[in-house]
Amino acid sequence: MSPAPDPERVVPLAEIELAVQEAEVPVVVAPRDAGHWAPNVTRLTVDADRAAVGFNVAGKRVTGPQQGFGRLWQRTYTTQLGSVVGPQRLISEWKAHFGEFWTKGNRFHGLLITPGEVAPIAVNTGAGLKLSTGVLVLYADDESFTFMTPEGHMFAGWITFSAFADAAGTAARIQVLIRPNDPIFELGWPVMKRMEDRFWMATLRNVAAHFGVLDAAVEERTVLVDKHRIWHNARNVWHNAGIRSVLHLLTAPVRAVRRRRLG
Amino acid sequence: MTTPSAPIVSMDVRHVGGGAAVVDIRGDVTATCEEPLMAAYEQASTGGTQRLVLNFTGLEYMNSSGIGMIVTLLVRANRQRQKLAAYGLTDHYRQIFELTRLDEAIGIFDTESAALAPASAS
Repeated sequence: MSPAPDPERVVPLAEIELAVQEAEVPVVVAPRDAGHWAPNVTRLTVDADRAAVGFNVAGKRVTGPQQGFGRLWQRTYTTQLGSVVGPQRLISEWKAHFGEFWTKGNRFHGLLITPGEVAPIAVNTGAGLKLSTGVLVLYADDESFTFMTPEGHMFAGWITFSAFADAAGTAARIQVLIRPNDPIFELGWPVMKRMEDRFWMATLRNVAAHFGVLDAAVEERTVLVDKHRIWHNARNVWHNAGIRSVLHLLTAPVRAVRRRRLG
Repeated sequence: MTTPSAPIVSMDVRHVGGGAAVVDIRGDVTATCEEPLMAAYEQASTGGTQRLVLNFTGLEYMNSSGIGMIVTLLVRANRQRQKLAAYGLTDHYRQIFELTRLDEAIGIFDTESAALAPASAS
């Protein structure tokens, strides 16, 4: 019978390493992209501070391109910034000032561009109405970040913001892979396409201006990835953020009265 | 994301009979893999392939552009009325497929034989 181990004994490191090796515990190595993806969620939640602007986001599911209704488009906007900034610093600044690069009248209510962040947004429709919707930060690394849209958003899919080095220096890029989310948004695509062009081109110019590059030229490229509509997703219209934003506006007096009654 | 350079990925195609083909993906699935992925798809689609199975056992890294590539592949397969399935995803990548709701369009299986079984692919 061997003597009982001394609980006071200081165990040498080599002995610990040997014990671990002998235990043959399988080593699980986390994938390199593990910290870049949002945690898996079924429905989005909005924190209490932003609940008033996130009414069209809370409780919604995210929608990928295959959950949308209309034709599938890939649209790419690229601008060159030359050698004034490298890709990683560009993305770092873009994340830090994301909402400031948007055009006037549009609001981004995100706090941080980190995986899993749910950010309500308000989009100026140009018709005196703010369309309330939001995005989930699906993915973020040092040189890119991607948003995924929720049910009710104009588009189902992803928007990726990236920076990369090329022969001309550093380029900033916005690439969307989207289907209009329901038949109403599909009908509005010709108008929304132009609005998207104006919005994202202005955003890229604002990013470039932030680094001292004024009047940057923005190149746009559109690819029709799938000309077919997904008809069984026509019912997405139930979540239409435009309709729900109008209803929210019309019922504002009722909510105000209710709040007053509750003190 | 970097500008497209040499892809750190390999895609080998196996025709396994019964109108099915398996694409063995090894390495990183990012924007740089568009060309090899589409070339593998073309090769896998020869001979009237009806069921296409993606083997992710060797997947080491995937970013959001890589997921976009998979969607493009899915659209092409749907257009050709081919069924698309996948297996070999670790829990991490399986969760990404669930989060992006790709699992609703691509059948996810534990093994190759399950992915190849008739009526298994979505």
